[in-house]
Amino acid sequence: MTPSIGGGVASALQLLWVLLAGPLALGLMRKVRSRLEGREGASVLQPLRDLRKLSTKQRTRPTDSTWVFAAAPVVLVASAVVAAAFSPLVTLSALLATRVDFVAILFVLLLGSVSLLLGALDTGTAFAGMGASRAAMVGAMVEPALLVAILAMSLGVGTSNLSRLVGVGVTTSTLAGPARILALVSFFIAILAETGRLPVDNPATHLELTMIHEAMVLEYAGPDLALVTLGESARLVLLLGLFANLALPWGIALGTGALALVGGLLAVSIKVGLVAVAVSVFEVTTAKIRLFRIPELLAGAFLLGVLSVISAVALR
Amino acid sequence: MSLSYVSLLDLAVVVVMVTAALTLWRQSLAAAVKALAVQGVGLAAVAVILGAHRHDLVLVGVGGLVLVIKAVAAPWLIGRVVAHDHAAREASPLINVPASLVGAGVLTLLAFAATRDVVALVGTPAGRLIPFGVAIVLIGFFSMVVRRRAVSQIVGLLTIDNGIALTAFLGTSGVPLVVELGVTLDVLLAVVVLQVLVAQLQRHFNVHDLDQLRDLHD
Repeated sequence: MTPSIGGGVASALQLLWVLLAGPLALGLMRKVRSRLEGREGASVLQPLRDLRKLSTKQRTRPTDSTWVFAAAPVVLVASAVVAAAFSPLVTLSALLATRVDFVAILFVLLLGSVSLLLGALDTGTAFAGMGASRAAMVGAMVEPALLVAILAMSLGVGTSNLSRLVGVGVTTSTLAGPARILALVSFFIAILAETGRLPVDNPATHLELTMIHEAMVLEYAGPDLALVTLGESARLVLLLGLFANLALPWGIALGTGALALVGGLLAVSIKVGLVAVAVSVFEVTTAKIRLFRIPELLAGAFLLGVLSVISAVALR
Repeated sequence: MSLSYVSLLDLAVVVVMVTAALTLWRQSLAAAVKALAVQGVGLAAVAVILGAHRHDLVLVGVGGLVLVIKAVAAPWLIGRVVAHDHAAREASPLINVPASLVGAGVLTLLAFAATRDVVALVGTPAGRLIPFGVAIVLIGFFSMVVRRRAVSQIVGLLTIDNGIALTAFLGTSGVPLVVELGVTLDVLLAVVVLQVLVAQLQRHFNVHDLDQLRDLHD
């Protein structure tokens, strides 16, 4: 398929959407959490203001760090942006939609996680190294759960093409089968672990004994920190958007007409907003689990994925 | 009509299967008992769906019976033991949780491999779900072997019984009501006896771990 102009416009739109919606979703989740805890909370726009403030600060880097440390935030943002441009978020007909594989998208995203992890190791400080080793442990267990969940969803449709996986829910109006539901639950647990949300990692803590992600980015400051925050939040909305579109594909644009794109943009923003609020409410009601119990959670996600694969094969 | 019957049946069976996995997943005994109650609801739903499809009122009645006994009565009885027990956790199972979850996955695959001929023989939409019933029986046995708390073992026993009942519902055109009544009431009786036994154990010896009960006491 030759790249079309409409597909290019759609991809550019999706790219800009994750960069803008990421900080907004972060602000929304913090706002919901504050309200449920009885606080007023900062404005939803606060993460955007923080980003603007950070980007004007002076750039400081640890004296012994190398280019790995400097490159990590850029790679993180780039990986999220590339994955977002080609994913079915706003429309099913983004650039290269017929060729983009679910596994490929996830591995592009994992490139960002790995670069951040290497950047943390590069500083040579105790906390960042500890955070990196924890992140590597969680990441190593998230990956099999993610891959098995993708396998299960792909078995039902007969392809791992992301647009087809989302599109099958639009074209057939039947109730989602048990295999797909199990795969989605497994995928969701893996997303929570991968983006460092609450049962696995507390995004709001700076307690050195418990933090995973915050320990890794401790050495980043100024514009670098702004890039890390932007990249992380873009990843969050991208994964939540993929989950929302896989679970409830209604409203996604099929083509690349102007009206369809606006409709798709509204639909994906509303769906991601709802999922973000749901995650936030869940986070208020739950406590962070001990580091050594994270394998139990992710083994459960893996088992759900395995059950999903089995039911996809057996209940065909 | 028939499509929605099949998808509803699939959904109910998967609910039973996932709750069986949940009893292995969660260490909290209260959560295991809740999972057992949901499992009872799923099992009752399977019986009612099958009964409605076959226009078999007796099977629907059996479904009601299963709902009362396995989703309400048995979890309530076990829940009373857990409520008295302050440290209600499966603290040190013989195999840790991630390994036992992987074990459950392997047992499920084993069940599918072992029942291929049965599935081919029965050849109905319900029949292809039989491996799940066998897998639940195996997971119940597995949880009785690796868990050490008395309450966990009762949960394992009930899981085995639910698996057997599920296999019977799916494989045959319905167990006779008298047989089903007998089996279900037997299990309820066993749960009552075990519940009394566990409560007495806790009161007299203050132990929860059945492996510690090796010597005779006065």
